[in-house]
This record gives sequence, C-alpha cells and structure tokens, in this order.
Amino acid sequence: MSEFAVELKDLRVEFLAPGKRIEAVNGVDLQLRQGEVVALIGESGSGKSVTLRTVMRLHTERNTRITGTLDVNGKNVLGMNPRTLADLRGKEVAMIFQEPLLALDPVYTVGAQIVEAIRRHEGVDKAEARARALALFEKVRIPSPERRLAAYPHEMSGGMRQRAMIALALACNPKVLLADEPTTALDATVQIQILLLLRELQRDLGLSVIFVTHDIGAAVEVADRIAVMYAGRIVEEGTARDLILAPRHPYTIALLKSRAHGAMTRGTRLETIGGSPPDLSSLPPGCAFAARCTLATEACRAAQPPAVEVSPGHHARCIRTDAAAAIAPVALA
Amino acid sequence: MNDVTATTASVDPRDVGGPRQPLMRVQALKKHFPLKRSGLGFGPKSAVRAVDGVSFEIRKGETLGVVGESGCGKSTTARLLMQLIVQDSGELVFDGATVGARELPLRDFRRQTQMVFQDSYSSLNPRMTIEDSVAFGPTVHGVSSRDALNRAHDLLARVGLEPARFAGRYPHELSGGQRQRVNIARALALEPRLVILDEAVSALDKSVEAQVLNLLEDLKRDFGLTYLFISHDLHVVRYMSDRVLVMYLGQVVEVGTATQVFDAPRHPYTRALLRSMPSGDPMQRTTEAPLSGDPPNPIDPPSGCRFHTRCAFAQAVCSQTQPDFIETAAGHGAACLRWQPGSGYVPPPDFPDLAENPAEVAHV
Amino acid sequence: MSATAATSITASAPLQAVRSRSHGANVLRRLVRNPVAMTAAAIISLLILIAIFAPWIMPADPFATSMFKRLRPVGTPGFPLGSDELGRDLLSRLMLGGRLSLFMGIAPVIMAFVIGSALGILAGYAGGKVNTVIMRCIDVLYAFPSVLLAIALSGALGAGITNALISLTVVFVPQIARIAESVTTQVRRSDYVDAARASGAPALTIVRRHVFGNVIGPIFVYSTSLISVSMILASGLSFLGLGVKPPQPEWGLMLNTLRTAIYSQPLIAALPGVLIFVTSVSFNMLADGLRNAMEVKQ
Repeated sequence: MSEFAVELKDLRVEFLAPGKRIEAVNGVDLQLRQGEVVALIGESGSGKSVTLRTVMRLHTERNTRITGTLDVNGKNVLGMNPRTLADLRGKEVAMIFQEPLLALDPVYTVGAQIVEAIRRHEGVDKAEARARALALFEKVRIPSPERRLAAYPHEMSGGMRQRAMIALALACNPKVLLADEPTTALDATVQIQILLLLRELQRDLGLSVIFVTHDIGAAVEVADRIAVMYAGRIVEEGTARDLILAPRHPYTIALLKSRAHGAMTRGTRLETIGGSPPDLSSLPPGCAFAARCTLATEACRAAQPPAVEVSPGHHARCIRTDAAAAIAPVALA
Repeated sequence: MNDVTATTASVDPRDVGGPRQPLMRVQALKKHFPLKRSGLGFGPKSAVRAVDGVSFEIRKGETLGVVGESGCGKSTTARLLMQLIVQDSGELVFDGATVGARELPLRDFRRQTQMVFQDSYSSLNPRMTIEDSVAFGPTVHGVSSRDALNRAHDLLARVGLEPARFAGRYPHELSGGQRQRVNIARALALEPRLVILDEAVSALDKSVEAQVLNLLEDLKRDFGLTYLFISHDLHVVRYMSDRVLVMYLGQVVEVGTATQVFDAPRHPYTRALLRSMPSGDPMQRTTEAPLSGDPPNPIDPPSGCRFHTRCAFAQAVCSQTQPDFIETAAGHGAACLRWQPGSGYVPPPDFPDLAENPAEVAHV
Repeated sequence: MSATAATSITASAPLQAVRSRSHGANVLRRLVRNPVAMTAAAIISLLILIAIFAPWIMPADPFATSMFKRLRPVGTPGFPLGSDELGRDLLSRLMLGGRLSLFMGIAPVIMAFVIGSALGILAGYAGGKVNTVIMRCIDVLYAFPSVLLAIALSGALGAGITNALISLTVVFVPQIARIAESVTTQVRRSDYVDAARASGAPALTIVRRHVFGNVIGPIFVYSTSLISVSMILASGLSFLGLGVKPPQPEWGLMLNTLRTAIYSQPLIAALPGVLIFVTSVSFNMLADGLRNAMEVKQ
C-alpha cells in the first residue's frame, strides 16, 4: 500500500468557456495520509469543490483541462481509461454530497441502490448484498433499518437521507471518502450527529477523508489537518490546532476574524475583507490575495509566494507571515 | 449593550404609542396547511401545523432574533407577519393598531413593514433593472417615477452600491452579496419601521456576510429601524440580537435577552441547540451529540410537550400536558413543565439551571 | 454617513458599462448568431414578401384557365412551373396562394396567443376557484385531437376563410392557455412576486410589471411553434373543402385539386406540398432558434 491515500502534485484544472479560460485550480499540492482527515476550507470560487471532484474525475471531459499528478492509493487517476475509472469509483474512492436528494435516485428505494452498488463491484448474490446493506444501515445508526431499506429517498428526513447516502458510499468498503459539504444543508442538531458519525466511521474503518466545507467550525470537529484555499491554491495548511490557534496567512486570519463567532460582542463591528473575490479567468501574476490584503507589498504582487514552513507540518504561501503573526486573532477563551 | 427600551434619538413621526408600546405584538397566531386526505378522500384530515399558537412582541428599536430548525415555523411566522399568507386565527397588533382592521388597512401596514428574503436571486425580478426594482415600491404608493428613481439611487449608494455602476444592471450580473444589498435597499425604499430579515445572510460567504451584517447595523442606526432577525446560525443571531426567541415545531419555547438565552438557557431544547453548534475550538471537540434523531414532522406533532420525544429530561407528565409559557426571570421565559409550578414535574439534579451553577453554562 | 465608506465595494470587478442590454436585446443578439435560425428567417421573409407583392410580380393571371394548356410540365414557355388541371399558371397560383396559406398559418396563432395568454395568465395568477373553472373548461376542448376538433368546428360553422380562422383559433387557445397558466403559476410563486405583494401593489400592477415580462417569452416561443401546425391544419381543411373555396389559390386546396394529376405530372402535383413543407420547417427552425436564444441563463 502506498504511503498516501491521495496525492496531488501541482494539480491544475482549467475550464474552457467561449472566449475565456477559467483557472479553477492553480497548482494544488496535497497529501492525504492513510487514515487521516483533511478539511479543505474556502469560500465560493476558491476551487475546493473542483479539486474534490477532480479526484474522481467527475467533470465532463469536454472543455476541461487537467494537468499535474493525481494519485489515489498509488494509482495514476489522470491516466486511467473509463473502465478502470469506473472500477475505482465506489470501490476505492467514494463521495458523499451536500444534497442527498440530488445524489440518490428518486425512483429506487435506498436499499435497492445500495444492493446494486455492492453487486456491481463485488459480484455477490442478492441475499448477501441485502444482508450487507442492512449491516451498513445499522452502522450509520439508522433506526429501524429493516424498514428503512424499503424507503424511497423522499420519504426520509434530511438527516436520515444523509446517513443513507453515507451508507451507499461505504457499501464497497472504499479506502478514501470524499465529502463535499455533506452537512451544510442540515440543521445544527443533525449536523453535529453526522459530523460525529463521520468521525466514528473514519476511526472504525480507517478511512482517509477529504472534507470540503466553508464552515470552519464543522472542519474543526472532523479534521486532523486543515487546508485553506483561495483562488484555486492552498494558501495555508496545517493541523487544526495550528490553523485555528496560530494562523499565519492573512486570508486565514481575515476569515477567522470575520466570523460572527460566539466571542463577538454585540456592538463591535465585524472585521471585513475589503475588495471582492478574484476573477478566475484573469488571475494576477503574483499572490491572488494581494489585492485585498492589508499586508501586501510589491513583492507579493510580483510573483507567487512560495510555501513557507511556519512550524513542522504547518505551511503558508506568504512572504509576510511574521507581520501576519502580529495581527492574528487572540486564541479563543 | 444596547438598552432594549431606548429608541433612536429622533422619534418617527408615525410613532403612535411611544417607546413603551411594542412595535408589533403577535397574539396566538395559528396557521395550518391542510393536506390532501389519504385513502381516496375518505381518510382522516391532516394538516401541517406550521405555526401553532405563537405569541410574542417586538419592541421598538430592538433586534429580535428568531432561531429554530426545519419545521419550527419561523419562515411561516415571518410570512404571516408580512401578511403574505393569512393566519387561520390570531392577531397582529402594530403600534397599537390591529393589522387589517379599519384603523390600519393592509396597504398602510405594508408601508411600515418590509421583508428581506433568503434567496437573493429569486427575490429580484430578472427582467427589471436594479433601480427599477428598488423604485417599484414607492411608485405603487403614489411617488412619481422620477422621485422614486432618485430615492432608489440614494438607497443604492447607502447600501454601498455606486448608482452609476449598478443602477442600470440586471440581477444576474451581480454577486450574491451585491444582490442582497439591493434587496435591503428595496426593503428600505418604502421607509418601513420594521424590517423582517428571513435568513437574509444565510446564503452568503462568511466574508460577505460580515459586510452585510455591518451594513444592517449601520442602517438600523441611521434609519431608526426595528429588526426581526431570523436565522439558523446561532453565532450570527447572538451577535445581532438584543432579545432572542427560540421556536420548536410551531411554538415558542423560550424568549429572553441574548445573554439570558445563550448563557443561561432554560429550555432543554435551547440548551441542546446551543451545544450542537461546533465551537471552532480544536481543543474542545464535541464528543456527544446533544440530540438524537431528526426534528419531527409538523404534521403529527407529539402529544403534550412537543419536545418530550427528544428531551434528555423528559418524564411521564411531559407526554400528557402541554406546558404554558412561564417567566422565570424578568423578561426571560420558557415553555417547559419544569418551570411550571404544580405541573407534576420533578426536576432531576442535572437539569440545566441558571448561572447559579456556572459549570452548566452552555459553551458557545 | 459612515455606511457608504465602511461597507462599499472597491472596484476590482470588471463592470464598466452603466446601462446593461435588456433581455430582449440579448435574445435578439443570440438569435442573429444562429445560422440555422437566420436561414429559416430569410426563407420565411422571402415567402412573405412574395406573398405580399404577388399581384404585382406574378407572371400570369392565376385565374386564367385554358383547356388546351392543362397539366403542362415544368419549363414550358409561359408556364415556368407548369400548369394545373385547368390550365392556370402554377407559379402565379403558388405566389398568390402564399397569401392565404401564410395568413391561415399566422393569424389563428396570433389570435389564440392573445386570447390564450389572457386566460392562462388570469388563471395562473388568480389561482383557486378561478383557476379551476378556467382550466377545466380549457381541458374539455383540449381533450379533442386538434385535427378532429378543427374539422368538427369547421363543418359546423360551414366552409369559408373566416370560419376556418375561428375554428383554428379555438383549437389553439387551450394549448397556449395551458402553457400560459403553467408558467404564470411558477412565476407567481417566486420571491420577487411576494416582494411586490409585500410592497402593497395591487394585483393588476403586479401582473403588468412583474408577471407579464417573465411569462410572455416562453408563451411566445411555444406559440411560434404552432404556426407550422396551423398552416398544415388550414391546408388540411382546404383539402377537405372546409376552408378556402375554389377558385381561390391556396396551397392546401391546390394539393387537393391536383391530386388526380399525381400519375401524369407528379412534380406539378407535389409542388404545393413542397412549399407547405418548406414553410413549416422554416417556422419550426425559427421557433427552435428562438427557444435556444431565450433559454441561455447568463
């Protein structure tokens, strides 16, 4: 088994639209170790979802150009033919989505969908597959699992559906789980249940997980390491502890400061990030955040900042990390 | 912290009852949405009991936050307050006058209460320019189109959108945050006194959300507004609100100042909700989900106290008796049998109590 | 006040122009870039122009019969496209016939568009009992196959152009009304209509300023696709003797009268049909292009 569950090296993804090229992912380096959970945080347009979907090559081939290295369990995914890719999906890598209603087929019962997935990849008979589906439902803590196997997606509540989707994803014992904002659409009390469930499953099954979200709080609950993305690049990466307690990239710091966090008192103004999000079809040559950064210098605008090691395992793509340390938010009480 | 009963420096000429009179009083509001009968039309009649007896008041100059999860009825309540849907029973009293009665016809009420919706894109007519969308309201009430357009331009500038650059644009050319600013400008065009913000920032990126929240605070101060702020994000509600209302399954379960509700919640649901929010502190990860299961369906709510099926402190009496709303401290009340004298509930030792027991305070 | 300074957006988004192109202008632009739609539009324009100016540009008298010159083939001197069963010049008859054929294709659709949209928008916006009454009445008519309904109505009203017009309009009103009601109901549910209601606007104002502009597009596109159907139905009615009466030239009628010549002069007999075919296809291509131009969400 290779050292890394997922390895991305200088991954670049471009979408070609009439008249322009959208550089959605611009040189992402990411290493997901076996049994690790990495959260990809970013706002809209940061490239986090595109990166995730590229791991399974979910984008339509037309008008998409992918370059760089993309290895899953040591296998080169970018070079795979459709047949091998279909074998990879579901069996070695599985994905859960934000809106289960969109991911689950509405005309089949959830049980039928899981059985189909198992039989496609493992070739076992129906009874065996059904038994495994039942076991999966129990594992994801769906109450009355027997009955729920025969339910259609629209008959289930939001949290239940999300659990069913997780069960479907785990049906063929994948090694890698990709989660695309799975809890964003859920109520708070259900979200925390699903987050804890994911942590528990990850621990029990030894899964390697990439968890994409815009919610820093959710990321902290599940992730060992966090990577912050901006304009298609990872601008800071480190353990959850490092990133929250000692952020060193101005964007990370600005994000943390702009949250109306529980520590914010009424009447104080929220700190905002000036300017507007970058235009992915015409990115500047230097640091993409320089236009909005209070610490930016000419050097920042001139060239892409290299990855600076702040501490072992903690990197930031910024040449002003020292100044950033001065404006970092005070640790939470 | 703002004094809840103080109003802005200048008194609104439309003010009737003075600072002590609530701007909006909601009394026993009920709205059920009937469902088709099952069994070929002969089965039992059921309904979605979206709002089932809700009463509260909004004080002048405050921001009242409303929190709750899906099925709690907060969006339906907002639409009822705006009279976009009509309640089955219950009354709305705006500054002392019953809404819809002769003293306050609907048209006049609409000039004083406006709403900002969650989906910034679908709230704007895709075929109308920004300035036309904002100017529409005033033209309906007799303002000349030229004056209305001028007012629209003024408001666009106020919300941070340069009229020269944005007035002639269409909604699809703007970003989510910009569109929401337009919606706010549109709501203010009629010079309302009460603005209902129904998940107005929920769909925005965090950094944009911060900008819009700052803007809302500025506008509230400048225009002397009162806000009803509905959101599922507790952090934002805590930041924005003077007082907070917690809803569950169509009913109000707790009301109090933001400090009271967040630091010393009285209702087990409020406590569970607060503890469900991820703290964002990597040293204190949640180990146990405070509530199990999904929020139940408002079609067939549980008997007695509606929360008893998920409550960690439920006893037999909770499934039999519906709790009344009891005030436990000045301005702070909850609908829970534990606080109801003579209900038959025996409070266990670990029941969340006031800040007398600091260890029990919810971490937010 | 501080609102503007603290919260305004600094210019880094590439928005320069002040006044954006309206939706209609955008649709037109996209349509013009569609070669298939433009070809179709050119063909239709040509046919319409020929039809309008027919009396002045026809080479011969379309009503002049000659028993000696019956069924001459294409290319006969004096008869560029041949002559029909009564010796009349086919080209002149086809050119003049275009007037009625095109008119019978377009006019019923226009009338049905007006009536159907009005009914559909009313039903869609009002909802409730009004909607039920209107739509169920519409459904009754909709239940009949259009050809059958057209024939039945025409037969009841009698032959003649006006009656054919009326029956075709009645056939199309339910179809357009259905689309109109469906689209209006969708728009009615949107937040911006709620916002307009919340501002205290009366229903008519809301329909005029908010609903109308958003529903008229899809209804219009659907209606244009009915033009070819109308042409064919009208030709069919004439073919059956229910529409245009001889000796008026009309493509469908000509198809009927030339039927007997199909063994002796197949090309002549087919020509009116070819024109019907070309016109219908062109209208369909144009309707398709219009639909594509409107569909693009920026």
